[in-house]
Amino acid sequence: MVESPLLRTVLRLFTGAVMLFIYLPLVILAVYAFNASPLGGWPPSGFTVNWFGEAAGSEEIRDALMNSLIVASISTVLALILGTLAALAMQRYEFFGKSAISFLFVLPIALPGVVTGISLQSSFKLFGVDLGLHTIVIAHATFCVVVAYNNVVARLRRLPRSPEEASADLGADSWMTFRRITLPGMRTALLSGGLLAFALSFDEVIVTLFAAGPGARTLPVWVFSELQRSYQLPVVNVVALLLVLVSVVPVWIAQRIGGGEITRGGR
Amino acid sequence: MIRRITGWFNRHPRATLRALLAGPLGWISIVYLGSLLILLMHAFWSKDSFTGKVEPFNWTLDAFAQILSNSVYLTIALRTIGIAILVTITAALIALPVAYYMARIASPRARALLLVAVTMPLWASYLVKIYAWRTILQSNGLLGWLLSPFGLEGPGLTEIVNTWLVLTYLWLPYMILPVYAGIERIPNSLLEASADLGGRGWMTFRRVIFPQLIPALAAGSIFTFSLSIGDYIVPDLVSDAKFIGNVIYDNSALGSFPVAAAYSFVPIGVMIAYLYFARRLGAFESL
Repeated sequence: MVESPLLRTVLRLFTGAVMLFIYLPLVILAVYAFNASPLGGWPPSGFTVNWFGEAAGSEEIRDALMNSLIVASISTVLALILGTLAALAMQRYEFFGKSAISFLFVLPIALPGVVTGISLQSSFKLFGVDLGLHTIVIAHATFCVVVAYNNVVARLRRLPRSPEEASADLGADSWMTFRRITLPGMRTALLSGGLLAFALSFDEVIVTLFAAGPGARTLPVWVFSELQRSYQLPVVNVVALLLVLVSVVPVWIAQRIGGGEITRGGR
Repeated sequence: MIRRITGWFNRHPRATLRALLAGPLGWISIVYLGSLLILLMHAFWSKDSFTGKVEPFNWTLDAFAQILSNSVYLTIALRTIGIAILVTITAALIALPVAYYMARIASPRARALLLVAVTMPLWASYLVKIYAWRTILQSNGLLGWLLSPFGLEGPGLTEIVNTWLVLTYLWLPYMILPVYAGIERIPNSLLEASADLGGRGWMTFRRVIFPQLIPALAAGSIFTFSLSIGDYIVPDLVSDAKFIGNVIYDNSALGSFPVAAAYSFVPIGVMIAYLYFARRLGAFESL
């Protein structure tokens, strides 16, 4: 079908407008981070970088950032280990109940986050587990497994089996073959899966609020509690900008190294 | 040592499979499925009317009785489902022309750029995007400033229409991406055949393109619908309306945990029904 020039122009303008709609809020956010006025109305009045210094000097923000980094790192490592084991099993073997198990791995992101959150909280409650960073890690690892799993499975599907067979024929045992052939083949998939899991964990708030105790606040939880107050500190704008950068930059790198699974999205 | 262990695994492939699966399957079954089960049990447990503490294995239907006796719970469920449907339809209406432009009109360079441009915001902090909309919608924000020359005011942060706008904004890329993939899969020859047979633009879209896109639209709608059904941050931060998620979150923190657990049956049930419906439309092949 050949679209008329008019239709092509209309579609182009519409797409342009939608891109503007998608990016305008993020641009405005960046502008506010440099707004001299602490009141935050539009238009901004004056330019300042003071809020960056203030944010860096805030112990509350530093603690929350530290918590976020700790949680995201541990959850990413856990998710990579579990996701890779699962991917190897699902991609290399045929067995009874395989499709049910693959459905199981997706379930934590198929059901709404609020369900995942309150489920985990209900078992923490029942077993008397105090909420803290460790419960956030358990929650994050649970839904980050899917991201790691998807990346590694996609890679294993594309990796030819012949080098592994050749390695076995040449007398290497399965550990040697895994270490010298399979693992190097998966390396970029592991890296991009890890970056995506990290970004997902760093940014998560819906499940985190259920798993976080009063003492353990991640950066998004800190932002959320700030937003609920009637008067927000201008440093929130700086933290918001930081959150965007920390979640987008790893994804950008993951895309550059060819993970290829980023279009599946976060939740 | 390692040699002896791997030698044994070499000779026992089933044992290798079990060793590989034990960790991940154990984690998901115990941590996730176990928790879901415990959540469902909480819905049937009583709570001490004095201290508010849950009394495990003390079975009762009190939580369900409380939910059914108060029409607010029904109103909130219908409101949430209604907004989720509205968000899904709006996202589909926006996604169709954008995805069509990306797949069939844009140059290969522009297409690659647009794909990244649509994908990136998916990962740009969810909470921050809501915050950005708060600054736009609040009464002294950008929207109010743009409307003031016309004697109009910004919507403020209380209107329920804000939830529709912000949820559509958040989940739009999840609709654009599968629809784009769906349009790209339609062979050119099919559209040429339609044109040869006299099908004009609109006719070709309605009779040839749209029917082929139903699985892709259903796949995208799983995300837009599920993510809207479960959201409680957006209604909390940009409106004063309560959604299903707010009832669950508020009750889990301060109110009655069994009520929160019992009310979780609503999003779980709605999602199971929706996934079944989407599967019949072929959504799972388009994910």
